[in-house]
Amino acid sequence: MKEVNITELERMFQEKIDQDIKIEPKDWMPDDYRETLIRQISQHAHSEIVGMLPEGNWITRAPNLRRKAVLLAKVQDEAGHGLYLYSAAETLGADREDTIDDLHTGKAKYSSIFNYPTLTWADMGAIGWLVDGAAIMNQVPICRCSYGPYARAMVRVCKEESFHQRQGFEIMMTLAKGSPEQKAMAQDALNRFWWPALMMFGPSDGESKHTAQSMKWKIKRSTNDELRQQFVDVTVPQAEMIGLTLPDADLKLNEATGHYEYGEINWAEFWEVVKGNGPCNKDRIDTRRKAKEEGQWVREAATAFAQKRAARKSA
Amino acid sequence: MSSKEWPLWEVFIRSKQGLNHKHVGSLRAADAEMALENARDVYTRRSEGISIWVVESNNVFASDPSESQEFFEPADSKIYRHPTFYDVPDGISHM
Ligand SMILES: [Fe+2]
Ligand SMILES: [Fe+2]
Ligand SMILES: [Fe+2]
Repeated sequence: MKEVNITELERMFQEKIDQDIKIEPKDWMPDDYRETLIRQISQHAHSEIVGMLPEGNWITRAPNLRRKAVLLAKVQDEAGHGLYLYSAAETLGADREDTIDDLHTGKAKYSSIFNYPTLTWADMGAIGWLVDGAAIMNQVPICRCSYGPYARAMVRVCKEESFHQRQGFEIMMTLAKGSPEQKAMAQDALNRFWWPALMMFGPSDGESKHTAQSMKWKIKRSTNDELRQQFVDVTVPQAEMIGLTLPDADLKLNEATGHYEYGEINWAEFWEVVKGNGPCNKDRIDTRRKAKEEGQWVREAATAFAQKRAARKSA
Repeated sequence: MSSKEWPLWEVFIRSKQGLNHKHVGSLRAADAEMALENARDVYTRRSEGISIWVVESNNVFASDPSESQEFFEPADSKIYRHPTFYDVPDGISHM
């Protein structure tokens, strides 16, 4: 290959990005681009995996067989999302085992929302509707991300997510139409999950340290505040439709802009949860670690079986 | 022993009869049989496929993107391989 200096390579790289030419695994890319993507994709993968836990909590207690089958399918999808994403991270040279260890040692982050407990069945509704709803808002623009494998993984994920949101909304709607106790249960779940769902979009644009560079690289295609606003705008009418109230006294439609204005987010709480001090952080990581330890013998057996089968074949 | 020792597999899926197998992603598995079963569970939960190929990633030999210009040059310079290279007078049809 001809001698090309780094600045020249970087200029050519940015030119490709500007022309919406996707970057593929073996293409030259700046180290920071690679590192940013590895961080973001692995955090996303961890969120999918840890995200199975709050809902897994209710699989055995779903109110009927239909709800149970649906919840099981949804949680299984989340495992799939985690796997698409871990393999996308691997295309950048991330070692899967190390990536997972980073989660288990607390070095890597995942979405703060999964550190809240799921206290009632209605939480399955609130999570599907709000948490998956917010995830969709976040993920749709990533389908156009500059890194090919991440963008393609997101296309698959987004296709699967829409059922997740609908099944959650259906649970909420059913409870909201039910007995006063059921309706109160739905309202309580909404009260607890609304603000954490808004926090899922991450810090305000002024506070978000990676946004500018990520936008320039087209890893991120919309800012946190833009996405949050979009989410509020679509969700408020949905809540009204099923007769539930959003727990925000300041929430009101601005007739001039057509957007809903919402109250102050409790960022102190957000940062506490990110730092590991949320209600369930410790429990989530302990559960993941335990799952890995207890699955050790299964992995060993599978390896031994594969070796035996290979030996038999070559004999 | 850990999954670290499990090889990476590339997964190709034929979505319906008459179409090519297409690369969809990758996964880790102890051997080909396990890779096939995992590929089914990870990539075809909604009947996205009727046939799956798995190929150990180590066995894929790929062209080098930094040399793609030279590598594909022979095709770029032969524009006479395309029908638009030729002038066909008005009035000639079925060609
Ligand atoms: Fe997901
Ligand atoms: Fe997701
Ligand atoms: Fe989901």
